[in-house]
Amino acid sequence: MTGIEIRNLAKHWGDIRAVDDVSFDVPQGSLTVLLGPSGCGKSTLLRMIAGLEDVSSGQVHINGQDVTHKDAAKRGVSMVFQSYALFPHLNVRENILFGLKVRKVEQAVRDKRLQEAARMVGLEELLDRKPANLSGGQRQRVALARTIVADQPVCLMDEPLSNLDAKLRAEMRDEIHILQRKLKLTMVYVTHDQTEAMSLADQVVLLKDGRVEQIGKPSELYETPSTTFSARFLGMPPMNVLRIDQIKDRGALNGAIPSGSPGWQLGVRPENISIADKGLSVKISAVDYMGAETVLRLRHGKQNLMARIDGRTNAVPGETLHITWNADDIHLFDEEGIRRGGIDAKPSASA
Amino acid sequence: MHPSRNLMRHVHGWLLLTPAAILLVAFTHYPTIKTIIDSLFSKGTVIRPSRFVGLANYESMYADPIFWKVLYNNLWFALGTIPTSIILAISMALLVNRAMPGRSFVRMAYFTPTILPMIAVANIWLFFYSPDIGLIDQISSWFGISGHNWLGDPKTVLPAIIIMTVWKEAGFFMIFYLAALQHVPPELREAARLEGASRWYFFRRVLFPLLMPTTLFVLINAVLNSFKLVDHLFVLTKGGPDNASNLLLYYIFESAFSYFDTNYAATLTVVLLALLAIMALVQFFLLDRRIHYR
Ligand SMILES: Nc1ncnc2c1ncn2[C@@H]1O[C@H](COP(=O)(O)OP(=O)(O)O)[C@@H](O)[C@H]1O
Ligand SMILES: [Mg+2]
Repeated sequence: MTGIEIRNLAKHWGDIRAVDDVSFDVPQGSLTVLLGPSGCGKSTLLRMIAGLEDVSSGQVHINGQDVTHKDAAKRGVSMVFQSYALFPHLNVRENILFGLKVRKVEQAVRDKRLQEAARMVGLEELLDRKPANLSGGQRQRVALARTIVADQPVCLMDEPLSNLDAKLRAEMRDEIHILQRKLKLTMVYVTHDQTEAMSLADQVVLLKDGRVEQIGKPSELYETPSTTFSARFLGMPPMNVLRIDQIKDRGALNGAIPSGSPGWQLGVRPENISIADKGLSVKISAVDYMGAETVLRLRHGKQNLMARIDGRTNAVPGETLHITWNADDIHLFDEEGIRRGGIDAKPSASA
Repeated sequence: MHPSRNLMRHVHGWLLLTPAAILLVAFTHYPTIKTIIDSLFSKGTVIRPSRFVGLANYESMYADPIFWKVLYNNLWFALGTIPTSIILAISMALLVNRAMPGRSFVRMAYFTPTILPMIAVANIWLFFYSPDIGLIDQISSWFGISGHNWLGDPKTVLPAIIIMTVWKEAGFFMIFYLAALQHVPPELREAARLEGASRWYFFRRVLFPLLMPTTLFVLINAVLNSFKLVDHLFVLTKGGPDNASNLLLYYIFESAFSYFDTNYAATLTVVLLALLAIMALVQFFLLDRRIHYR
């Protein structure tokens, strides 16, 4: 039993390469998040795993079996759609039982599974309602109950929380996570929201223009982004990436900057920046007070950067400051945006 | 509120309603009431002016074998056209709702019968049906089948008209089904597909119930149309032979303008109105409850 294996998967529509040579493994019982900006091919990839979209080239293996050309219903997957795909004319009970009826599961088994699923997602009181009379969160629960009842080893979710408001989103995110662990589901979860990815994922597959940008644990992507794209995509606020050749005061950068490397970039996370007496001189363009922290929007020459400091500050827009950071908080990227050094290069320093 | 201000508001409201009200009264309510009154009077002649006769017109209608014949014809005509054209309309809509080459051309082709003027349609079919030289007889003669007077034989004339009507209506109804189908989110089909639901199962359990509001609308229209058909009969059969293709509205027309018995025509019209009203009410109250509206 090996979960899901994706091998050189590709999908082309004419000239559009929606998914291009993607490979990764999802270990049995773990949760992989497909992360990336809108239009990067996440849904297409997920739909190919589900069998809803034909594959242009490559293979999909589920539990050791090549299912690349297998019928969607026979792959052992269930799916939660962004729009939930509830049948509007059926009540909650019938919506949850739809799949079991198609598969001609016995009445007694159906009733038992319905009760279990309804209890797990807290829908017992609402079984006779139509979807139109449910709130967004309740509809989401019906979709989850459908997955629970289907009892398939693999579960696919396409942006399941994007139609919910922020508070509910965090709540449902936790419920999905609990459910995934409890039922030991092998889950592929699509989102464009890096917070969701960070909090849910055992493994993140970051996609850009249909290609894999980086694969790893959330902490790996956060601590050692392999490209400037990764660096900017994860973290809130995102990492500051500065063109080194546009900074005159090299001494202020506080790091071993390779000389004679035009176009190289330096990355530093906003939370690693501190205000000091000397260092890089910046002008404050805005101060965003968030309660526990304050985000300063700064300008150095033509480049923008952000700093996150604890609590409150007396700094006001227009003021000039000096900022600094530790030498081992630096990430280095070459002119192509590929990682060339940083924290991982000197592990001894950070320990 | 100040009484005169209140009064002004009412006047204002009524003024806004007046144009619509005038049209409604002049062309709907007044004719209906006048028809009912006319049906209670005898046919006037120069010697004997029209006079109140109570339900005498209804009694003679009850005794009129042609009335029962056209009513019976109309029933068969409705039963022959409505289910067939609705089934055809749904099938065609499902067919052209898929992604396929030449989709818009096929949609157009299905819709063409509807945009043709009715008289032209009837003329085309007159050519199909004419004995020996008509299209149908020419084709069947290749197979050694001798010609048949489709519109001249009381046995075949009503089915011939039914086929033509189905041909004309199915494309029209298809447009409504197509519009409704395009509002069904594609994820529903995909969700069902993941569970292994066949196309037929999905249609039966999901699509057809979701199309019910459209079906009710189409059904009401189809029923009204089946009782309103008159123009094809002018061109094709004039209700003959021996009233075998005569329908209620055409009989009303004949009574009024061929036999000049406007009072009897009014009597028949009252019956037609009553029938239509009853059917509309039945459809609304019986079907409406079982329909899911989005
Ligand atoms: N059926 C299709 N035909 C042509 N192009 C498509 C189709 N579906 C998706 N695409 C294209 O493929 C790319 C990836 O789409 P998608 O997988 O939906 O992205 P995401 O889910 O990451 O937002 C987009 O550029 C989109 O326009
Ligand atoms: Mg998507």
